[in-house]
Amino acid sequence: MGDEGKKSLAMVVMSGDMDKLFGAFIIANGAAAMGMDVTMFFTFWGLRAIKKDVRTGKTFFGKMLGTMYGGDITKSNPSKFSFGGMGRWMFGKMMGKHNVQKLNEMRDLAVQLGVNMYGCQMSMDVMEIPQDAFIDGVKEPVGVGFFLLKAQEADVQLFI
Amino acid sequence: MSDDVKVDLELDLKGLLCPLPMVKVSQNITNVPVGGVIRAVATDPGAMADIPAWAQSTGNEVLSAEKEGAEFVFLVKRLK
Repeated sequence: MGDEGKKSLAMVVMSGDMDKLFGAFIIANGAAAMGMDVTMFFTFWGLRAIKKDVRTGKTFFGKMLGTMYGGDITKSNPSKFSFGGMGRWMFGKMMGKHNVQKLNEMRDLAVQLGVNMYGCQMSMDVMEIPQDAFIDGVKEPVGVGFFLLKAQEADVQLFI
Repeated sequence: MSDDVKVDLELDLKGLLCPLPMVKVSQNITNVPVGGVIRAVATDPGAMADIPAWAQSTGNEVLSAEKEGAEFVFLVKRLK
């Protein structure tokens, strides 16, 4: 149990795929609405979900990664049916038609609902993404020890 | 049904999809006093399962959840 005897959820978000991020934020927002204390630990490809649309990278490879996997959450592609961006466009149209919230809006709602978001320090170092590249509301980076403590205390643990 | 219940807040959730009906009820429950009632109208069939689950988890009460044509009407009572 988390603070004040609340139920809690601890989630690793490793994927940067659009579909998986939808799942992650729908669950996070649902949990927050149900009064749960929510921790999202973003690592590797998941980091872009909390990134602003800014250039990152210090070294040649870091800059290359920042260019090829740059932008923000709106650049995420579906894990299947991607077709070099066509899939994103198509799902965007389909979801818009069915009045599903946009992914970036869901992410911002999560911040608003008090979901605790953390970047993984090690992935941030490797991928050369500094804390100031993240949106407001993302807490200072942490490591696996912090996540595991949260996961131990949590009633629900997920890996996405 | 519960025509005798006094409604403190009307909530239009029509057109909203998962998880928003539940999120909106959650965000608005503190806008009624303890013991107060929200009347929420949704069109997402999933809300029929989600809003009672939300109430169970948060310790509030769904007085009624009924399908009326294409709409789902909830009376949600704030218990704490």
